[in-house]
Amino acid sequence: MSPDRSGLERPLTRNVRPDREPTDLAAYEANGGYRALRKVMGNMSPGDCLQVIKDSNLRGRGGAGFPTGMKWSFVPMEDATGTTGRPGHKYLICNADEMEPGTFKDRLLLECDPHQLIEGMIIAAYTIQADIAYIFIRAEYVRAARLLREAIAACRESGYLGDNILGSGYSLQMHVHASAGRYICGEETALISSLEGKRANPRAKPPFPQVSGLWGRPTIVNNVETLCNVHHIIEHGAEWFQSLGLTEDAGTKLYGVSGRVKRPGCWELPMGTPVREIIEEYAGGMEDGYRLRGFLPGGGSTDFLVEEHLDLAMDYGTIGKAGSRMGTGTMIILDDRTCPVAFVKNLTEFFARESCGFCTPCRDGLPWTAQVLDDIENGRGRMDDLETLARQVEFIGAIGNTHCALAPGAMEPVQSALKYFREDFVRHIESGACPWCAGEAVT
Amino acid sequence: MSELIPVYSEGQNAGGRATAVLSEAEIAAIDAEIAHVPYRSAVAIDALRIVQAHRGWVSDECLRAIAGHLQMSAEELEGVATFYNLIFRRPVGAKVILLCNSISCWIRGCDSVQAGISGRLGIGFGETTADNRYTLLPVTCLGACDKAPVMMVGDELHELVDDTVLASLLGAEGGPDEP
Repeated sequence: MSPDRSGLERPLTRNVRPDREPTDLAAYEANGGYRALRKVMGNMSPGDCLQVIKDSNLRGRGGAGFPTGMKWSFVPMEDATGTTGRPGHKYLICNADEMEPGTFKDRLLLECDPHQLIEGMIIAAYTIQADIAYIFIRAEYVRAARLLREAIAACRESGYLGDNILGSGYSLQMHVHASAGRYICGEETALISSLEGKRANPRAKPPFPQVSGLWGRPTIVNNVETLCNVHHIIEHGAEWFQSLGLTEDAGTKLYGVSGRVKRPGCWELPMGTPVREIIEEYAGGMEDGYRLRGFLPGGGSTDFLVEEHLDLAMDYGTIGKAGSRMGTGTMIILDDRTCPVAFVKNLTEFFARESCGFCTPCRDGLPWTAQVLDDIENGRGRMDDLETLARQVEFIGAIGNTHCALAPGAMEPVQSALKYFREDFVRHIESGACPWCAGEAVT
Repeated sequence: MSELIPVYSEGQNAGGRATAVLSEAEIAAIDAEIAHVPYRSAVAIDALRIVQAHRGWVSDECLRAIAGHLQMSAEELEGVATFYNLIFRRPVGAKVILLCNSISCWIRGCDSVQAGISGRLGIGFGETTADNRYTLLPVTCLGACDKAPVMMVGDELHELVDDTVLASLLGAEGGPDEP
């Protein structure tokens, strides 16, 4: 990656140092930090900010890709200028509960440039006129939580947080909430339940959190990477942001590759960079002796794509049309020396373990699916197990049969493995053993 | 390897003087959290974490004391405590080993890492060494997949874990840590 001294081509990682040490407040300010916040507090109404974000076509980077400006626009504002809200609190929550299998992008942003997130959050909170903001961070991100707490304290000292921010009359309190585990907390309504001190069961929608979220008040939940984009868009404008993307989706994206590649890693690249370029140029291609068989484009709950999809652009629309989802944008590679049945079994066991237990298809269906996969992997499979799996995919995978998207997400790698690697399932069943475990020549 | 301890095993009748169980430092930390939420039980998870940070785990006696302090029932708090995998309702070792066994670490050999840990410490998932130094648990993807396989020992993340890393962290296989 060529150095980008202006920070205009790769805004999110411009302060990421080679040694991965955090950028402190002084260094952040020296590189233009909090300039966007000053611009907002001096000259822009919440409505102005909302319009810029809407025009930018920023979409949520947590996996679902929902347009951020539209999400914010659902928050009740009392008058047309959006300068006053209904009486009572409104909340902005940063979802820093990164746990999607194979996803390692938010950690980079949190540990290397905590002020970038905080500046984005202050502007986002101002836009929806929230008075309290939380960073909901997973328990294991100990270093990131410490850095964020230190950064928040430094911001209070400097007048960027607290009462009457930069003399604007706008006030915002920000807190870090360290979680206590469980993947389901990343689901936005489950996250809200957890932040209220409850079991992290997701909630029925509607009402949507934008109207009735944390403690029944209007609440916006955004992913770390989404919020990190905000101040850059405010500073450089919606058109600049749109121009960063190579395809119809705007901005840059943190793409990652893990698995048997030469240089696993995470890179900020233009939205819509082709899959092949990410895997072959940035990740250095497959390790010697390994061949690519497939890949999950954006975390453990996205459908497999295969070799024929390597020239697709990594953006929401293109990957969606190919039958998968860009998800978090961090790819997991399936190589020819790894058993696809065992691969999917690992994922399904993960999702079964992480089910919150609230609804039956997820609580009972996922362990059942995992058991069928375990039978096939260990040579106990029967041909009608494939029909069982297909039925489970159809039933558990249907949005509306489950309380949230966890179980349908879990079915995505299962259904696409049955599609692309069916012959491997059949070989397990016919030979009564895993060909990979048995050490046979593979594919 | 530790015995499994039933959830309600001790101090069943401690009820009346429950809040005296918590230290002043614990109560002060919990009250600081209560200051920015609308009602006391909203800090249930923070309070469990605070007590656990002081004591390593949350005993029945502590659970009842926290519930009393937050003006909620012990049963409700138990429902919260047992939901979260990083709230420990049984004693754990001085250091908890969180071994990632999600997909990227699995591709790159977390099963061998687990075997290496078990070989050194004589424990499987959910178990604690006889000397109470280590507890081994599986954990959700730790978000460091480019450095797989990874694990945490206490608060420290360890990347690209192989036998050499395990040897430096835990000693030689079958070494002095073996009971």
